[in-house]
Amino acid sequence: MKLLLKIWRQKNAKTKGSFVSYQMDNVSPEMAFLEMLDSLNKRLVEEDKDPVAFDHDCREGICGSCGMYINGHPHGPVPAITTCHLSMRFFKDGETVWIEPWRAKPFPVIKDLIVDRQAFDKIQIAGGFISVNTGSAADANSILVPKKNSDEAFNSAICIGCGACVAACKNASAMLFVSAKISQFALLPQGRIEAIERVRAMVAKMDEVGFGNCSNTGSCEAECPKQIKLTNIARLNREYFKAY
Amino acid sequence: MGKLNSKIPDGPLAQKWTKYKASAKLVNPANKKKLEIIVIGTGLSGAGASSALGELGYSVKTFCYQDSPRRAHSVAAQGGINAAKNYQSDGDSVYRLFYDMIKGGDFRAREGNVYRAAEVSNEVIDHYTALGVPFARDYGGTLDTRSFGGVQVSRTFYSSGQTGQQCLLGAYSSLNRQIKKGNVTMFPRREMLDLVLIDGKARGIIARNLLTGEIERHAAHAVVLATGGYGTIYYLSTLAVNSNASAAWKAHKKGAFFANPSFVQIHPTCVPQLNEFQSKLTLMSESLRNDGRVWVPKTKGDTRPANDIPEEERDYYLERRYPAFGNLVPRDVASRAAKERCDAGFGIGETGLAVNLDFRDAIKKQGKKSIENKYGNLFEMYKTITGIDSYEEPMRIYPAGHYTMGGLWVDYELMTTIPGLYSIGESNFSDHGANRLGASSLMQASGDGYFILPNTINNYLADEIRVPKISTDRPEFEATEKEVRESLQKLMSIKGKQNAASFHKRLGKIMWDNCGMVRNEEGLKKALVLINELKDEFWKDLNIPGAYSELNMELEKAGRVADYFELTELLVTDALNRKESCGAHFREEYQTPDGEALRNDEEFTYVAAWEYTGEGKPHILHKEELKFEDVEMKIRSYK
Amino acid sequence: MNKILFSSISKKFVMALAGLFLLMFLPVHLIINFMLLKSNPGPFNEAAHFMATFPLVRIAEIVLFCVIIIHITWGIMLQIQNWLARPVGYVSGSKAETSFFSRFMIWTGAIVFTFLMLHFFNFYFIKIGLVAGNPEDFYSVAHNLFKVPAYDYIYLSCFFLLGFHLYHAFSSAFQTLGLNHRIWTPVVKVIALIYAILIPIGFASISITLWLFR
Repeated sequence: MKLLLKIWRQKNAKTKGSFVSYQMDNVSPEMAFLEMLDSLNKRLVEEDKDPVAFDHDCREGICGSCGMYINGHPHGPVPAITTCHLSMRFFKDGETVWIEPWRAKPFPVIKDLIVDRQAFDKIQIAGGFISVNTGSAADANSILVPKKNSDEAFNSAICIGCGACVAACKNASAMLFVSAKISQFALLPQGRIEAIERVRAMVAKMDEVGFGNCSNTGSCEAECPKQIKLTNIARLNREYFKAY
Repeated sequence: MGKLNSKIPDGPLAQKWTKYKASAKLVNPANKKKLEIIVIGTGLSGAGASSALGELGYSVKTFCYQDSPRRAHSVAAQGGINAAKNYQSDGDSVYRLFYDMIKGGDFRAREGNVYRAAEVSNEVIDHYTALGVPFARDYGGTLDTRSFGGVQVSRTFYSSGQTGQQCLLGAYSSLNRQIKKGNVTMFPRREMLDLVLIDGKARGIIARNLLTGEIERHAAHAVVLATGGYGTIYYLSTLAVNSNASAAWKAHKKGAFFANPSFVQIHPTCVPQLNEFQSKLTLMSESLRNDGRVWVPKTKGDTRPANDIPEEERDYYLERRYPAFGNLVPRDVASRAAKERCDAGFGIGETGLAVNLDFRDAIKKQGKKSIENKYGNLFEMYKTITGIDSYEEPMRIYPAGHYTMGGLWVDYELMTTIPGLYSIGESNFSDHGANRLGASSLMQASGDGYFILPNTINNYLADEIRVPKISTDRPEFEATEKEVRESLQKLMSIKGKQNAASFHKRLGKIMWDNCGMVRNEEGLKKALVLINELKDEFWKDLNIPGAYSELNMELEKAGRVADYFELTELLVTDALNRKESCGAHFREEYQTPDGEALRNDEEFTYVAAWEYTGEGKPHILHKEELKFEDVEMKIRSYK
Repeated sequence: MNKILFSSISKKFVMALAGLFLLMFLPVHLIINFMLLKSNPGPFNEAAHFMATFPLVRIAEIVLFCVIIIHITWGIMLQIQNWLARPVGYVSGSKAETSFFSRFMIWTGAIVFTFLMLHFFNFYFIKIGLVAGNPEDFYSVAHNLFKVPAYDYIYLSCFFLLGFHLYHAFSSAFQTLGLNHRIWTPVVKVIALIYAILIPIGFASISITLWLFR
C-alpha cells in the first residue's frame, strides 16, 4: 500500500523543527510501524540523507523506549499497545500519517522523534524505592501479602515508563505515571514504612520538573499501552493527604 | 595453556562459598569511598551490582546506552526466576537446583560456580520481595511458584508473564536509591567504545555520549561489564534490537579471553518470521508448553487450516519422541525437534517454517477461563502481532536466537583474564554450560550482581587502596581515545551505499543457516568464507550519513555490526573446534542413531577460552578442564 | 509550607473543595428562584430580604464570595501551569477517547464567570448601591429581565454550559479528593449526571416560563 508520512524533523534541541513529507510506495500490511520507518531510513541512507531518529529497543512492548504521536494518539490509533507492536494493517492505502514527538515541557525534543525523558527518572530517584540494603532482607515468606493487594500492586507496577500518559494529557501531567509507582508500594506492607516520605518527595519532584496538573480528563488511561487505571490517581491523592 | 586459573576454593562443594567469603580480603569503609568502580549495563546484574557496591560505600559510575537504566533488556524476561526455597516441600534443595543446572547445561559448566549460583538464589528472592517486587501469591499471602521445562519441582517464582520487568524495576529502584545518596553516578545514553589498561590492569573506559557524539574518558580502579549477550548476532532474535557485544568484544581485544562463544540458546517458542522486513522475533513464554501441545501434519505440504486436520493426521512429535517429558523437554531439544520436522517438509504456513502450538485439548479439559487466567496476556500479545486468536486456532511458533551461554571467561571471583575487569550476568560464560534452563538467567544475573561480585571485588580492591584517583590525562587514556576516534573515522569515511542494518541482516542469515540450531563442518567452513566476503563488502560499501560528533544512530549500529563480523568468526571457529554435540551446540556429525546429541567427554570436557592475538591473526585456544567431583556425568536423556 | 500548599495535588484539592461548596449553593439558589413563579412577589422578596439581612447568611455570603474567588484564581493558576507544561502542541490534535466535557472546563468556567458578572451587575450591585434600583423588589427586577429575549438567550446558553461544567466537576472533585470506590464511584457519576441535568433545567424552566408564559 501507499502512504504519505508527515514526520517531525528537528536536527537538535537548539534548532527549529518542521514536518517533512515522505511518500512510501511499498508498505506491506504485515510490517510493524517501526519496520516501516526502518525501510524509510534504509532508503534515506542510500540517498545519503539523514535518517529519522527515534527511540526503540526491545520491540516487544515492554522496555518503554519507543513512543511517537501518530495521527492524534500516543503509540498510534490502536489501544493498549506500544508503537513497536503497531501493525501497518491498521492503516488504509493512501492514508496520510502524521508522526510527532511527545510534546511536554519536561520532555524536550533531542532530535526528530527522540525526546528526553529523564524527568521520569528524577521522580523515581526522589523516592520510588524501598530502603533495604542487599543481604538484609528477611525470608520472603515472612512478609505475607493478601493476594488481592499483591495482584493490584502488580497491575500498577506494570507501567513501562514510556511517557504516553504525559503525551496524551492535555495538561502534560505525569500523575498516572507517579500514581502507578506510589500505588505499587502503597499496597504492599514493605512499602508502607516509607509511604509518607515517598509520596511527598515524588510529588514535589513531579511539580518541580514542570509537569502539568491533573484535571481528571482520563486521556492518560485511554492511551496507556499497559492500561494503568485512573484509580491509581485517586489513591495517590489519598496517600498525599495522609502524608500531611 | 596454564594461563587459566579458575581460583575455585578447596573443600567440599557446599562449603566453598562460605569459606571463600570468610577468607577474602576486605576494604575498610573509609577507603571504599576513595575507590571508584565503573559498571557497564543496567540489567539485573549491572543495576544489582551498582546498587550493592554503592551500599557498601564505593564510588560507582554506571553506564547504559538506553535513555534510562530501566530499559535494559532484562525487562523482557517473561517466565520467572528460580530459587531453591522449597516452599512447596516437593523435595527441592540447593543441591537439586545445582544438579538440574549442571545436567541441563550438559556437563559443560563449572561445578563451583553453579553451586554458588544455586546457593545465593534464595537470597535473591528475599531481596526482591523486600524491594517490593510483586511476585505472584497464593490466597494465604505466601509466594506462589510454578514449574518450568527440564525440571521436576516447582521452584519458579513469577509475576504473571512479566517477571523480568518486575525484577528489573526492583533493581532500578535500588539503583535509584544509591543515585539519590550520591554513591552511584548514572551516565545514560553512553556507549563504551574501549577499555583503558594501565600497567595491564583495567583502569577506565572510553565512552561515546550518544546524544552529543562527544568522546569521554572515565577512570576507575575496576571495571565491571554487565553488558548481556550477543543473541542479535542472528539479526532476528528475541533480544532488544540494540543489544550488542561491542563492550565485551573490545575488552576481549584488550586481553580478556572469550569462552565457549558457540554456545547459543535457540528458544523454541517464538512468533515465526512473518515477512522479510521483520526486525525482531517475539518470544512466547516457555510456560505455554505446560498446556499447549506441539504438532505438525503427518502429510508433507498439508495446506489445510489446522482445525480441519483430523486428530489421526496430526504428529505430536515431542510426545512421540520424548514420552517422559513430552512437550516440556528442555529448550535445545524442543528447538531442534521443530527444525527437524520443518526441514523434512512438514512445517506449516506459507514459509513452511513454523509448527503448531495447540491449546484445543487444554481448553476442552480446563475451560477457556482457566487458560485465559494463566496465559491471557500472552494470547493477547500473540493476537496483537499476528491477528490470530489462539483460543480458536493453534499458535504458530518457530525457534529463534535467544540467550548466549558463552561469554567472557571469568574465574570464581567473576574476574576476566584482565586484572580488575569483571564480567557478570549473561556477559560471562560461567553458569549455564552448553544450555540454559528456563528461569535461571534472572537468577544468575541477580545473584552475580547483588550477592557475588560485591563479595569478590573487595579481594582485588583491597590491594588497590594505595592507588590514588586515576587521572584521565594519562597517556594510556590519550592513546586509547585516539584509537577510538580513528576507528569511528574509518567507519564514517567508507562512504558507500548500504546501511549497517542491511549488512547485519545478511550476516545474521549466514549465521542462522550455518551456525544455528544444527551445525556441520561443511556449513561452518562455508560460513567463514561467506562472513569474510561480506565483511569486505561492509568495509567498502557501508554508508553513514552525518558526522560522529552528533547523535548518529547509524554510526552506533555500524560499530556494533563491525564487531559482530569479528565475533561471528570466532563463534564459528569455536563451533568447528568442538567436535561433539552438547546442549545447544549440535554437530550433525556427532549424534546417536535416533538423532540425539552425542557428547565426547573424553576430549571436550573443557571450557574453550579464546585469546585474541591481533588483527587478522588466529585466536589461541586455552582449555580449562572441567572436573566433576560431586556429580556423575551422564547421558542427558528426556525420553 | 508553600511547597505543600501549592503543590499540584494541594491546589487541586482546594479547587475540588471549593467546587463542592459551590455545588451545594446552587440548589439553595434554585429553590429561592422557584418563588419567582408565584404571581405574588411577596415570598420571593421576603426570601431575598432574609438572605440580605440575616447575620448567619451574611457570613455565609462572605464565605461564598471567598470560595468563588479561590475557585476562580486557583482555576486560572492551574490552567496557566497546564498551558506552560505543553509549549508546543500537536498538529494532529488529540483523538483520545475521553470525557468531552472535561476538556473545556476553563472555557465553560469562563463563560459561567462572565454570566456571574452580569448577574452581579443586575442584582448584587443594586443591593450594595453601585447600580440604581430597588433592592427590596428583586422580584420585579427578575421579571423585567426575563422579558428581554436577549437576556433569556444569554441566560439559557450559560446554564446549558454550566451543565457541562457541573457534570465533570461533580465526579472529578471526588476523584481529586481520593474518594474512589468500586461501587460508589459509578453511583457518583450517575448522581453527577442527574445533578448536571436537573440544576440547569430548573433554572432554565423558570426563565422560559416567565419569558414565554407570563
